[in-house]
Amino acid sequence: MIIDDLDAIAEAERSSAKKTVIRCCMAAGCMSSHSEAVKTSLEKIVRDSGLSERIEVRGVGCMRLCCQGPLVGVDPDGIIYEKVTPEDAPAVIIATQGGEANVKRGDPTHPFYTKQLSIVLANSGLIDPERIESYIAVDGYRALHAVLREMTPNDVVESAIKSGLRGRGGAGYSTGLKWATVAKTPAAQKYVVCNADEGDPGAFMDRSVLESDPHSVLEGMAIAAYAVGANQGYIYVRAEYPLAIKRLQIAIKQARQTGLLGSGIFESPFSFTVDIRIGAGAYVCGEETALMASIEGRRGTPRPRPPFPAESGLWGCPTLINNVETFANIPVIIRKGAEWFASIGTGLSKGTKVFALAGKIENTGLIEVPMGTPLRQIVEEMGGGAPGGVKIKAVQTGGPSGGCIPASELDTPVDYESLTRLGSIMGSGGMIVMDESTRMPEIARFFMEFCMDESCGKCIPCRTGTVQMHRLLDKIVRREATPEDLAKLEELCDMVARTSLCGLGQNAPNPILSTLRFFRNEYLELLQAQPDGKPAPAGANAT
Amino acid sequence: MDRLRIATVWLGGCSGCHMSFLDLDEFLIDLAGLVDLVYSPVIDVKEYPENVDVCLIEGAVCNRDNLEMLHTVRRRTKVLVSFGDCAVTGNVPAIRNQLGAGNDVNVLQCAYIANAQNNPRLPVADGIVPELLKRVKPLHEVVPVEVYLPGCPPSADRIKLLLERVLAGLPPALEGEQIRFG
Amino acid sequence: MAAKTLIIDGKQVSAQDDATILDAATDAGIKIPTLCHLGGVYDVGACRLCLVEVAGAKKLFSACTTRVAEGMEVHTDTERLRKYRRMTLELLFAERNHVCSVCVSNGKCELQTLAWQNGMEHVGYDYSFPRWGVDATHHLFGLDHNRCVLCQRCVRVCWHIEGAGTKNVAGRGARSAIIDDLKQPWGDSETCTSCGKCVLACPTGALFNKGSTVGEMSRDLNKLEYIVNARLKKQWIALE
Repeated sequence: MIIDDLDAIAEAERSSAKKTVIRCCMAAGCMSSHSEAVKTSLEKIVRDSGLSERIEVRGVGCMRLCCQGPLVGVDPDGIIYEKVTPEDAPAVIIATQGGEANVKRGDPTHPFYTKQLSIVLANSGLIDPERIESYIAVDGYRALHAVLREMTPNDVVESAIKSGLRGRGGAGYSTGLKWATVAKTPAAQKYVVCNADEGDPGAFMDRSVLESDPHSVLEGMAIAAYAVGANQGYIYVRAEYPLAIKRLQIAIKQARQTGLLGSGIFESPFSFTVDIRIGAGAYVCGEETALMASIEGRRGTPRPRPPFPAESGLWGCPTLINNVETFANIPVIIRKGAEWFASIGTGLSKGTKVFALAGKIENTGLIEVPMGTPLRQIVEEMGGGAPGGVKIKAVQTGGPSGGCIPASELDTPVDYESLTRLGSIMGSGGMIVMDESTRMPEIARFFMEFCMDESCGKCIPCRTGTVQMHRLLDKIVRREATPEDLAKLEELCDMVARTSLCGLGQNAPNPILSTLRFFRNEYLELLQAQPDGKPAPAGANAT
Repeated sequence: MDRLRIATVWLGGCSGCHMSFLDLDEFLIDLAGLVDLVYSPVIDVKEYPENVDVCLIEGAVCNRDNLEMLHTVRRRTKVLVSFGDCAVTGNVPAIRNQLGAGNDVNVLQCAYIANAQNNPRLPVADGIVPELLKRVKPLHEVVPVEVYLPGCPPSADRIKLLLERVLAGLPPALEGEQIRFG
Repeated sequence: MAAKTLIIDGKQVSAQDDATILDAATDAGIKIPTLCHLGGVYDVGACRLCLVEVAGAKKLFSACTTRVAEGMEVHTDTERLRKYRRMTLELLFAERNHVCSVCVSNGKCELQTLAWQNGMEHVGYDYSFPRWGVDATHHLFGLDHNRCVLCQRCVRVCWHIEGAGTKNVAGRGARSAIIDDLKQPWGDSETCTSCGKCVLACPTGALFNKGSTVGEMSRDLNKLEYIVNARLKKQWIALE
């Protein structure tokens, strides 16, 4: 494989393009509402009516507005059809020949679409994720070529640093610095790992990226491997994502056959292979040391850091672990330049972030916006607010490790620092909207139950502290708790946060702490009178 | 100064803690000179009196009788001492809690029917045989407790140490190996 | 090997540069409470009792897994640490069924000792009273899950001293449990060599010699260290 071969593939793909392309969303959301039948039906009609020369029916990745699926897009007309059934297929095809289909039309001029800025999702919903040619036609693997032929590993690390990209998996550590550490650690063997163990309730960003554009992740991993000096990569993906696994397998196979993975890529000395490791459903395996233990075939439990994986990771070798979205940013940063990337976003949070909108919100789906976009713009303008015109009460970000941001703080720009200041975290990008009917102590109990079930059981504070916190929250929700119980709960929050071994335990109290911070009254109202008959005083919470 | 009014109470326990109390031997005579023992299984008083200064309570809260008694004691006493492991932790009486829901019925069945040598039947006498609670609890899960005196049983030395501190007007907290369970 | 100097609880201490804070403190006669630590096998930092404060750092460090650093200033016995340790112990006691009075290890139990040493005279959390069984299928030993604290000392000695790999952990969170082979009855295990090292390593009464009754289980941890020294340092004869 040399660059001319890549050009040839791209050219062949572009020149075979047909006049009309009907894009059918084939990501997990739309497929669960039978988009596959829609696609089959469209294909059949195109074939039967002899339009195969003029119309291509293409299975694509996520088209964002999941709640209106199955989604079908028609190019170049710029039409989006929503909730399409197989019976709608004839009307859709007829409309491509002029006329109007009596099928529910989406509004491409809605802020949900227009306020998005796509870097990671640029190809999502456009290309066929199961064909490498489709990716190559949109400049796929050009960044890898540029890196291998024109840049030293150090240049690549410098680019990553300059771009200001920070880890999209949750903690927000500088990607470039992480790469630099791995690159500088001398070792004969190094590894690159993609963390695709997305497990937060309501989060489906990484799944969508893998289902919609798997090659961008592979390319990002290959570039990272070149930068840090690794020749083997692993993608750790949860078993609950069978479609993502299937598309990754196809992508890896095609990349290997095309010579974009394997030895001597682009006739350089660089070799890189990628293998998939499938998780067995443990949330804690998203924690990097537990993830590595699982890849090694051991029980997935975290271990104390240091040593960090960058120094001693898989089998004791220096290991770079980044999240799916982080890797997907890399090819674009290389192609368009670190300066371009750094011009997007805010002071310390560069680029865009993909969010999965879920919960009590009109437009459930996937969005990608520049860092620093106000929360209000995301949930009200783009998300369309809560259904039925009910007021939004809070937005939960960061999953079980995050917190609830009250409606009064909706003007907060979404970046790492601002969310941390509000007691939440950016996390991986799950955003659960809650309306006025939501009772916050119940939300806290829900997340604590999640943490309790998903604790690995290794360290005492997390294993047993979450049980006791859940019990106290349950007591509060059942109106059986006293002010002493609330004090005990807050004491446990502090203790579990400070003494747990890994991030799961350290952040488990966050949903309680953030709801207590902004909605303390809801807890106080549920407290029982004290034993002596006095009602719970307003300040009874302070220990 | 008025003499301290002291009581001891026996809830769901084996009476071993009270045996240990009797093991105070000659200190009991010193004690008798310094305090009034106003209620105890070892003296013949039927009703728990008002205005008790210190009460040592042996045993866990196992039945309705225990529960009512504990609330009465709490209302009428300044300093409650959880006396022995059953009072402090639930100990052996609380092992039945492991059987989960229905454990109260279960233990009765086991004791009076399944393992009965002859004449198997459940003791039923309203107002005389108290109903078992669904869950055995240590004292502090029911009422606030001021002092904990663990041990199964707490040794006489340990009890003496505590009483001496009480008599001297010191905070009655024990420390070091004096708070060892078991 | 180079030495590092550091300050532990106001005391100047020197330690080998690969020593942990726990090693350095122990050498200096400063006692840090531990439960999952066991001399002779690697540390896992699971029990969190040995957490210490390091000046200038916001987070707490497990002394058993953190290496000493030059000029490090360590505090092992602050009010906050004492509070966390007591809470950790209370949480443990509330987790399973630790009934000291009827336990084979009564009076010789590390958990029981830690409790009084750390001022725990009662447990402030509601007891869980879970239902766990006893595995009495092995002809020499028994495993009472009610008394297990999941320190994994038995697992580590089984894998790394005996090399049998019989013991392991299964399940998650509060449902985690020590298992033999693929969660079989211990007596059916084909890998267990009946060496008894797991029983020696157990800090509580969870693993015991069959036939021992209340307070009868005593364990000689020096035996384990002796084996490790014999292997690693080639010290075949116990030195004075």
